[in-house]
Amino acid sequence: MPGRQTPIKQKSKSKTKSGSSGLPLSKNQLVKIYDLMVKSRALEERMIKVYKVGEAYFWIGGPGEEAFGVPLGLLANKGQGVDHDWMHLHYRCSATLIAMGMDFKTPLRLIMNKASDKCTGGRNFSNHYAFPEWNVAPVTSPIGVQYSIAIGTAWAQKRNKGKGVTIVTGGDAGSAEGDFASCLIWASRRGNELPMLITVQNNKWGISTHYDDQHGEDHVSDRAQPFKIRNCVINGNDPIESYIRMEEELQYIRKTGKPVVMETTVSRLYGHSSADGANLREGVDCLKEFESLLLKKDIITEKKVKDIKDNYAKEAKQAQIEVRDELDPVASSVWDHYYVNNESGDWRTF
Amino acid sequence: MANMAQAIRLALHYAEKNLELKDVFGQDVGAPMGGVFTATQGLETSWNTPLDERGIVGTAMGIALTGDRCVAEIQFCDYIFNTIDLLKIAGNTYWASYGNFSLPLVLMTPVGAGIRGSVYHSHSFDAWASRLAGWKVVMPSTPKDAYGLLLAAIKDPNPVMFLKPKALMRVRGEELIPGEPDNEKTLKSMIDAPVGDRTGWKANWPQVEDFTCEIGKGKVTRSGTDLTVVTYGRHVLMCNEVADQLKQENGTSVEVIDLMSIYPYDWELIKTSVQKTGRVVFVNEDTEVTNFAEHLSYRVTQELFYELMARPKVVAGKNLPGIGLHAELEEASVPQVADIRKEVIEVLKEIP
Repeated sequence: MPGRQTPIKQKSKSKTKSGSSGLPLSKNQLVKIYDLMVKSRALEERMIKVYKVGEAYFWIGGPGEEAFGVPLGLLANKGQGVDHDWMHLHYRCSATLIAMGMDFKTPLRLIMNKASDKCTGGRNFSNHYAFPEWNVAPVTSPIGVQYSIAIGTAWAQKRNKGKGVTIVTGGDAGSAEGDFASCLIWASRRGNELPMLITVQNNKWGISTHYDDQHGEDHVSDRAQPFKIRNCVINGNDPIESYIRMEEELQYIRKTGKPVVMETTVSRLYGHSSADGANLREGVDCLKEFESLLLKKDIITEKKVKDIKDNYAKEAKQAQIEVRDELDPVASSVWDHYYVNNESGDWRTF
Repeated sequence: MANMAQAIRLALHYAEKNLELKDVFGQDVGAPMGGVFTATQGLETSWNTPLDERGIVGTAMGIALTGDRCVAEIQFCDYIFNTIDLLKIAGNTYWASYGNFSLPLVLMTPVGAGIRGSVYHSHSFDAWASRLAGWKVVMPSTPKDAYGLLLAAIKDPNPVMFLKPKALMRVRGEELIPGEPDNEKTLKSMIDAPVGDRTGWKANWPQVEDFTCEIGKGKVTRSGTDLTVVTYGRHVLMCNEVADQLKQENGTSVEVIDLMSIYPYDWELIKTSVQKTGRVVFVNEDTEVTNFAEHLSYRVTQELFYELMARPKVVAGKNLPGIGLHAELEEASVPQVADIRKEVIEVLKEIP
């Protein structure tokens, strides 16, 4: 699917070099992206197995969104504080975090609700991450709320003249929530525009309801137009297009301090969650397509492909085995972190 | 003496100068109005937002994620209800992220009836707020307490809801805020914006000082031995009046507790008082079904049952969908001095 952009013309400022393949990214970049996409897929497929063998209560995740998620993670200015990017992700963003450097055990501890789960202490569903060291705001289940909360980190970045931008992700169905409209309004106030990359991963589904039953607009990103927010639709199944377009848009935001709405078309390869089976479905598989391209262009060999896949599948399985034996949370921990500094919130102790 | 609106303004000024308060925002909070009750006039960090409560709460949460301190306002608590899921998230962020992210924010909103505010300027929110685990919830009854509680709220690393009893916003206190000029006309000339054109006006702030009321601690506003009244907000003044009436009329000794903090609350203060009097009446104006006072009454019954001389009583707003505008309707809907007096006398008369 070709990308579409509002008439604001801007030359690509991508510093990446064309390789001998004719592709607009270097061989190293292409292989790195492929490697991380495989790693992310291996993680999600392992987590589905964890659920299906009864070692987790629930799975929800984002297999099929790697071609968007990995470039986002690679391009984010990772770190803590307003000089780094703030990430307001939803629960289909494991690929972004893998690309940012997340290991396998962290998400497995989360889905298996282990005491060692550093994101939630065994309290929340899979892919509900929280990484203060990377400005990754806590992922929460209510749909769309991250679009409202993201306004605040962008405001703080702007007020403090920080170098970072605020990146927020969400689904097409969630864009129906008022928070999305709030985000557009607050990000585009004249003279107070906010440095935000406002993304929507359009997989055409909200649980079981198709996009066409929920929306009248051709593209969710069309809603940016009356606010004069630069906007575009990109092919989120193409990691090369995703990388280049996202790099351009992030450069624009960092330079101007103004927001961009980016809609990405993606596939929901394993359905909504374990609630509807978590079985592989038909649809464009960005990983297969990218793999075919790299093989065809002699960027990668069949053997290398097999090695990468086997190694990550093995690593993910080993992580599950090791995490399985880790301690479960203890009942008394329910009162931990009620208030800061272990101040009690239990009225029985007042 | 400062009134409560001025006290809030002074606290916010102190905080932006001394506590790294970065943002005070909400609908009409910035210039030229400075808040519908003038509580944010003249501040350097105040600004106006879109008329979007969800955006206001979400923005406060985002600012707090970065560690910056902010005070956000919902213009009337009647309009806070479309943010309830964000309030839930604000309350559970520290807990659900297992201590990874705290949200040091203050959300202030005017509450309660008493100004003929009709159906949508008369709601209470204390009972609702008490169900938002992870928040601290406070409500002052005097300007000095408003100053002290607001500074405590801004210093606190947790989300704190600062409920402003709107009927008390123009009521002056009996105690000076540390550093406050002792002449109220002087204070007014220094920090109240002129009526009309405010172009070029700047507040001339007095050198107010640090003063905090510890969150979780209440105080006794009338000492007594015959019955305990536990209340907060504008009903502290009403309960004080009832205590004064009864003392003058027949020497009945009613102890009034201003809880000040709804959550966490000062159980030791309640417990000690009820152990002394054996009788207790809880008073507030939120609706009576699943009222916060029912929790307190339950706890008294569970922990102090054999020390009670009478059944605890909850005097609260009637379980109505709203507060009617006409004075007859408003006063019939939420506890008035006569209602409190009647219930107090009934509990005093009860023979175990």
